[in-house]
Amino acid sequence: MLVAGIDIGSMSTKAVIFNGQRFYKAISPTGWSPRQAASQVYSQVLSRSGFNQKQIDYAVATGYGRVSIDFADRVVTEITCHARGAAFLLPGTDMVIDIGGQDSKVIRTNAQGQVLDFAMNDKCAAGTGRFLQVIAAALGVDVSDLAALSSGQAPITLNSMCTVFAESEVIGLLSQGKEKGEIIAGLHQSIARRIAGMAQRMGVLNKVTFTGGVARNEGVRAGLEEQLGVPVLVPDDCQFAGAIGAALLAWDSSEK
Amino acid sequence: MADYREMWDGLGMDLEKHDMLCEALPNAFGEVYLSQKNRPEGMDYFDFVVAEIHGVRPAELVEHKKKGGKVFGTFCVYVPDEVIFAAGAIATGLCGGSQFWVPGGEKVLPANTCPLIKASVGARLDRTCPFFRLADIYVGETTCDGKKKAWEILNQDVPVYVMDIPQMKREQDIAAWGEEIKLLLNKVEQVTGNKVTPEALAENIKLINRKREALARLYNTRKSSPVPISGRDALLISQIAFYDDPERFSSKTNELCDELEKRIAEKNGVFPAEAPRIMITGTPMAIPNWKLHNIVETCGAAVVVEETCTGVRYFANPVDETGTTLDEQIQTLAERYMKVNCACFTPNQGRIDDILRLVKEYRVDGVIDCNLQFCGLYSTEGYLVQQALQKAGIPVMHLETDYSEQDSEQIRTRVQAFLEMLGD
Repeated sequence: MLVAGIDIGSMSTKAVIFNGQRFYKAISPTGWSPRQAASQVYSQVLSRSGFNQKQIDYAVATGYGRVSIDFADRVVTEITCHARGAAFLLPGTDMVIDIGGQDSKVIRTNAQGQVLDFAMNDKCAAGTGRFLQVIAAALGVDVSDLAALSSGQAPITLNSMCTVFAESEVIGLLSQGKEKGEIIAGLHQSIARRIAGMAQRMGVLNKVTFTGGVARNEGVRAGLEEQLGVPVLVPDDCQFAGAIGAALLAWDSSEK
Repeated sequence: MADYREMWDGLGMDLEKHDMLCEALPNAFGEVYLSQKNRPEGMDYFDFVVAEIHGVRPAELVEHKKKGGKVFGTFCVYVPDEVIFAAGAIATGLCGGSQFWVPGGEKVLPANTCPLIKASVGARLDRTCPFFRLADIYVGETTCDGKKKAWEILNQDVPVYVMDIPQMKREQDIAAWGEEIKLLLNKVEQVTGNKVTPEALAENIKLINRKREALARLYNTRKSSPVPISGRDALLISQIAFYDDPERFSSKTNELCDELEKRIAEKNGVFPAEAPRIMITGTPMAIPNWKLHNIVETCGAAVVVEETCTGVRYFANPVDETGTTLDEQIQTLAERYMKVNCACFTPNQGRIDDILRLVKEYRVDGVIDCNLQFCGLYSTEGYLVQQALQKAGIPVMHLETDYSEQDSEQIRTRVQAFLEMLGD
């Protein structure tokens, strides 16, 4: 049996194929057309795996662009998929924190990766990947360098969580001659505080799995761990948690 | 809508701006309502009332005023309509539920004011709603800080009479509310020039009780599975209850209930019996705010009950009809109204008890606790509501939203995830 999971996020699109033993993966920026990105990444993962589309028994689509594709058998929200994926990647997980391009979510899950409760950020970019991107641009650095730049720096407290206001606050700090590293450390801390607040409202648990693109930022991870007081683990495939979860749900569906 | 331009012009409305609203509403209504399958035939009347929302009922109010009658505009289920009708006046609900009016309110109110207040102030100041023009006087109340200050701003444009709602529910608070009802009665007599007699008040207590009974009967049908009427339709009826003629409303709602009870006997539902049954609790949804109901029901779940002011809080608990003197009647009115469990009270355990009871009565699978953005009272009380539901093992999700469509897809994702969680 062969199944696929496609996670069309606001920033990047991920696709995996699962044959019961291993996952084949592909990732690419979503750009302006979720539909185009999805079919492109899907072809990529198919050619990488050596299978063709007709051999896929079942496909599940997730992510904000999930309704824009026509080759999925079923559409499932990213909340359900991330929980399933994270519980699979790091067994024993009871809480998933996912920070993606346009939203952040905290999910309480059981051993089977079923959602018990969840919370998401409100309609603004505060504490999301987009927030980091905007601030990185204001600082003239690449988003992938943020963690290294802030490593070991004393954080400067940022007052604004609004992306627009935080950007002007950061520009103000730069003009006062503050170090980029300290500003970035402060930025990570403010994101970690915000997300930790959401998590604590749900009751902090024992083992937190951190997924989504922002999970690759060590500064945010360490900040979360400090705020929550429990281990915050990042799986190697942190960006693929949603797509892997979708593929596992596809596996369940095709078995039925 | 038929041609009411002459009437609207006579009411001093901004016709050009109002035309934009008239153009938008049929589309929104068609999308949310007329697209539903297997709707009860009895909805025709309510569809008609909405289609002619700024025409038919305003025309009746114009006629009433031509004969010297007065119109009182209200914003809260705590304001006793009985007293207003007993003086030969008409009470009409004024809460604004459309994003269309929000920018008008933002001209004078802080951005972090709830959309209901913004829309209500905007509808008045922009002169784009006939009801806001027709009311001779508004009856405000002290349910929140935003409203208290908004009355002062509105009072520059239209007379606003404010009732002081207690913040606790002790004996002396019920007595204080009785005093407030007495003061309203005096005000109503002064504005109308009519005396409120015990006979007239008794008659109008019955009139409004009949409306409550009709709504209670409607809600009772929603306890059935499969549910014979959609949450969207029930919400629409509740919204119309605030401004329609009470007697006609009761009779049309009862006619609809005859049909719904037949449907129940035939197991003819608008959702499959296995569809998740959702309760919505929180802030009111003024017409035409159908946003959350529409999202939930187009995701495949049925909204079976609203623990809101545009739901059970509006009609629960009839007024005792045995009072024969004004003092007795005012006492029974005060007792009934003080049973409404608004988040402006502290403590407000009654609301949590209601929610837990309604979950059982309506066989609810999951609760969505939703408040309008910037409503500090309901969003803060949400912590206790969610805690109580979690303790009882009932899935609950909190949402905060406004009248705009910009977060609709995010809300849809959360609702879908919540339904997936219920399905597991």
